[in-house]
Amino acid sequence: MDLSLLIIQALNGVQLGLLLFLVASGLTLVFGILDFVNLAHGSLYMLGAFICASLTFLFGNFLWAVLVALPLTGGIGYLVERFVARPLYARNHLDHVLGTFGLILVLDTLAHLIWGPAGIAVPLPHWLDGQIALTETLVIPSFRLLIIGAGLTAAAGLFWLVNYTRLGMLIRAGASNRTMVAALGIDIQTLFALVFALGAMLAGLAGMLIAPITEASIGMGNSIIITAFVVIIVGGIGSMKGAFIAAILIGLIDTMGRSFLDDIFKLAMSPEAAETSAPAVSAMLIYIIMALVLALRPQGLFPPRTR
Amino acid sequence: MSFLTRRGWISAVVMALLAVLPPVFFLTGNAFYLDLATRLSILAIAAVSLNLILGYGGLVSFGHAAFVGLGAYAVGIPAHHWLYGGLDFLATTSGFVQVPLAVAVTALFALITGAVCLRTKGVYFIMITMAFAQMIYYLIVSIEEYGGDDGLVIDTRSELPLIDLDNPLQLFGLAYVSLLVAMLLVRMITRSRFGMVLQGAKGNEERMVTLGFNIYAYRLTAYVISGAMCGYAGALLGNFTTFISPEMMDWSRSGELMFMVILGGAATTLGPVLGAIAFIVVEEILSSFTIYWHLPFGLMLMGVVLFARGGLMGLLRGRREDGE
Repeated sequence: MDLSLLIIQALNGVQLGLLLFLVASGLTLVFGILDFVNLAHGSLYMLGAFICASLTFLFGNFLWAVLVALPLTGGIGYLVERFVARPLYARNHLDHVLGTFGLILVLDTLAHLIWGPAGIAVPLPHWLDGQIALTETLVIPSFRLLIIGAGLTAAAGLFWLVNYTRLGMLIRAGASNRTMVAALGIDIQTLFALVFALGAMLAGLAGMLIAPITEASIGMGNSIIITAFVVIIVGGIGSMKGAFIAAILIGLIDTMGRSFLDDIFKLAMSPEAAETSAPAVSAMLIYIIMALVLALRPQGLFPPRTR
Repeated sequence: MSFLTRRGWISAVVMALLAVLPPVFFLTGNAFYLDLATRLSILAIAAVSLNLILGYGGLVSFGHAAFVGLGAYAVGIPAHHWLYGGLDFLATTSGFVQVPLAVAVTALFALITGAVCLRTKGVYFIMITMAFAQMIYYLIVSIEEYGGDDGLVIDTRSELPLIDLDNPLQLFGLAYVSLLVAMLLVRMITRSRFGMVLQGAKGNEERMVTLGFNIYAYRLTAYVISGAMCGYAGALLGNFTTFISPEMMDWSRSGELMFMVILGGAATTLGPVLGAIAFIVVEEILSSFTIYWHLPFGLMLMGVVLFARGGLMGLLRGRREDGE
């Protein structure tokens, strides 16, 4: 395997990891603070992509579309919190899962009604549509660099928000002791709604960033949500740091596995056996990693300090 | 509980109707309803087996569709090789090989994944069972020999003595009798010492541990039994649809199975069956009106979760049993 391919795949892995982090951070935030399992988080990712697609056609500009779509997905997140999540907080996780499973059916079908069954491709402005040649053999689509940049910026912003602002302080306090925060006179309902909307915006942003590459489609949220679950399980549910590290790790392992596993297998077995087994194993790779992590550390790599 | 209770009577009536009505419809020229009842019975077996760990064990498994799918592929793959060659040791159309294979493979999968999943609790357990199911989904998608995404057509149904699975009436009979056996089996298990420990661990885990029970082993056993029963249901489903695809193990299928259990009433003998009946009937009615039937269906699901606790069996419960 040559070096430039390795670098390109590594960048692709980081890009996938950052997108996973954007989805997983919302999940882990909502779970850590609200103790709420939101299966429909992937639908917010999907809605982000669709809304951004429509706005791109409306404005004729992808970046403006993202800027307007972000508060819109946040608003949808707020509505979901108000009408679906809030009545379920006091219930057990089984009810959370079933209720938000119903919500997925509703949101997916609404997307089907509004945008039709086919996916929508999102056109990029010219200056983002090109490629950047780092060396003679190393060419990277500039949009992928933008995704990495945007993902890192969002991650950094989130860390700043959670660790260095008053809102972040309340969020961390809410995660460790909800009742005490409420007793200190903080409007916990509003805080919860804000956290939910923030998570929705992050998932929506991931959907907007991936849409120009894969296009916006109905089922897109339902496949990433499971990978996001793997991320937060590996990282430790409720831990932002764990989610970030695990997301990059899973992104890299998945991408690298798909591109290089057959080469690695060829070192140990016949080429035919490697060619047939590599796709199967690489499809299962992140789940095997997850099982290994759990076998060694059932609470994940970076479990949050308990309440 | 004798058959004198209200629930007992309802169970007897529902199961009798399910036995009699579909063949009557079939013989009067409405073959469609027999097909519906066959699918319903098979899914009800899966729901009954899920109920063992979800209802009685309190373990929220969100990956049971994987067992159904694996069971179906345990029928499809030997049949595929029997027709197209390759892997001679596996190639067969005999039900005596395929069905035990389905049960064995799913039991093994349940043993391996259960051993990992049961180390965790609560929401971790939900997500991990989901993730392992998705792993099998992607595994099947990645194997081109068996059709990958496009699925696999089962050209020949399992061959069994006395029963001809190509005959829809006999296939229904097998599914129905299997459902009865599954219900009785789960009922027997839950009334045994084993089942009592399982339910005790659901109610108060610490107490059961203090009493000296190895909860992990009990739960793992229940998980394996449940998975194997689901695998059996999958083998029947493969024979019924004669077309299998990874879509069968999509996590929304697992969610539907869970919904059947909750809708009907978890930890009851008839509940999962009632849930399956309600689910299939509503699905049929709604999908005949509009292709957007998932919208009212999802709203209904949310409504059931928000407002109807205890499921259908909770509504049907007689006054005499309120104390239980």
